[in-house]
Amino acid sequence: MDANISAILYLVASVCFIMALKGLSSPTSARQGNMFGIAGMVIAAGTTLAMPGMISFELILAGVVIGGTIGTIIARKIEMTALPQLVAAFHSLVGLAAVFVAAAAFYNPEPYGIGLPGAIKTASLVEMSLGLAIGAITFTGSIIAFGKLQGIITGAPLVFKGQHPLNAALGLLLVALVVWLVTGQGEDAFWLIAALSLALGFLIILPIGGADMPVVISMLNSYSGWAACGIGFTLQNSLLIVVGALVGSSGAILSYIMCKGMNRSFFSVILGGFGGETAGPAVGGGGEEKPVKAGSADDAAFIMQNAASVIIVPGYGMAVAQAQHALREMVDMLKKQGVTVRYAIHPVAGRMPGHMNVLLAEANVPYDDVLELEEINRDFSQTDVAFVIGANDVTNPAAKTDPQSAIYGMPILDVENAGTVLFIKRSMATGYAGVQNELFFRDNTMMLFGDAKKMCEQVIQALD
Amino acid sequence: MDPKQLSQKAGELAQKAQSLAADLGGLASDAATVATTALPQPAAGADDGQFVFLFTVFVLACFVGYYVVWQVTPALHSPLMAVTNAISSVIIVGALVAAGNQAGFELPKIFGFIAVVLASVNIFGGFIVTERMLGMFKKKTR
Repeated sequence: MDANISAILYLVASVCFIMALKGLSSPTSARQGNMFGIAGMVIAAGTTLAMPGMISFELILAGVVIGGTIGTIIARKIEMTALPQLVAAFHSLVGLAAVFVAAAAFYNPEPYGIGLPGAIKTASLVEMSLGLAIGAITFTGSIIAFGKLQGIITGAPLVFKGQHPLNAALGLLLVALVVWLVTGQGEDAFWLIAALSLALGFLIILPIGGADMPVVISMLNSYSGWAACGIGFTLQNSLLIVVGALVGSSGAILSYIMCKGMNRSFFSVILGGFGGETAGPAVGGGGEEKPVKAGSADDAAFIMQNAASVIIVPGYGMAVAQAQHALREMVDMLKKQGVTVRYAIHPVAGRMPGHMNVLLAEANVPYDDVLELEEINRDFSQTDVAFVIGANDVTNPAAKTDPQSAIYGMPILDVENAGTVLFIKRSMATGYAGVQNELFFRDNTMMLFGDAKKMCEQVIQALD
Repeated sequence: MDPKQLSQKAGELAQKAQSLAADLGGLASDAATVATTALPQPAAGADDGQFVFLFTVFVLACFVGYYVVWQVTPALHSPLMAVTNAISSVIIVGALVAAGNQAGFELPKIFGFIAVVLASVNIFGGFIVTERMLGMFKKKTR
């Protein structure tokens, strides 16, 4: 195929990918967007296969069949609550693929027009090292993220002394190795860069705690894009550069949104060590034991039945208990009895951006009932009942009132303004940030102790 | 000029033309070798131009990405991650070239094959899981 024609087809594919992201601006156009994405991928792969110089297709066919089958099976079987793990695992694959493409280009640069083995152009080698290093970091980093989300590795941050100086030293060593690769063209340098980057991926993600995962997973999303970009520069392929830049900026924006949702700077998240069991004593509680008002499912049912409006605030606890279906049934019954029910989603609820929205959608909750923090926060004051299920820190007024608090400055859902606040919690334990929630002790709060799913089911029975 | 001289001269000319043609052939093959050896490593100036061009594409694409992604509704941030994951596997185009441009089973080809497998898992898995998620988002039926 003529080089100009393939360049134009690559451009068409790039536009398709942009349309795929644009489609996600609304749930109505999103599926069409996904079709654009698939079309773009088919055009990109087809164009490459039709290029002159492509002579052997057996391995390609075998690879696509093997990989495609695995991917299809996983994507069809996966539980929606396991989505964050799945996305982390997929990121690791992009990273590893980037490493292998870089290796292929290093040992056989001729087809990409970047030089001869042992005499690769300097610029290409620098770009190649970038793709290789970012890819390798994405790979091991995503594996750690996957382990933490899956519960294989402890969600608590693993911190040791001298961690940051060590990472900085390794970073400098990486730069030195790139220089060595460019001047010497040796394969030792190439594989040392790979090994060092793999180690860095582990070291960067290990100290980051479980509930910072929304940031981590967005950040790795971004990295996988920049790795594709690095490979794109190496292979002088504008399609790869465009896609890499799209994905990279998308992940960066998501990281920014997640950080803002927690009022933390990106760097403090990356440096890690926040949260987990060692998060220090609860701040602001004063230490004295205050009485809490505990209620039963019957009480909760009675209160909500007699309310005009209810706002549900779901959190990670709902995902853990798989309570979304029971919750939706409960809401359906309330709606039948004439109660207005809506859902309020905090940006960092769950373990990945938009996690709660997907779980509620899975339980057949119509998306126009599900509102974001800015859309619904004013309405709490005109709401009779706030029903908090598996969320804690994102409702804590200490974020507004107590400058000493670890979560001070974080935007919160103002459930305190509702007439009555119902909290489903398993115990009085503090949330991820280790901060006591004073709302638990207020007069208009009722605690419903128990598993989120069982509690919803009991409320359903009581409503009958 | 008598016919004999004429034919002799014509013969000489023909011989000269032949040797010139041979020279030309030699030159052409020389030029071809020069061209082929020069091809993989063009002059540094041309190279810089290529980089600047690609860098332009990169920067503009970052801006497009920035504006498009801010338009994505927060409710669809999970599908956004899944679909960006799928499309970042477009890295498969590099893998396809590595796996398909030579016969036999050389090392780079094996690398290409592995990358094709990994990227395919992502492409199929990413698009299918995105489709599954998006299929669940329904409007109120009333």
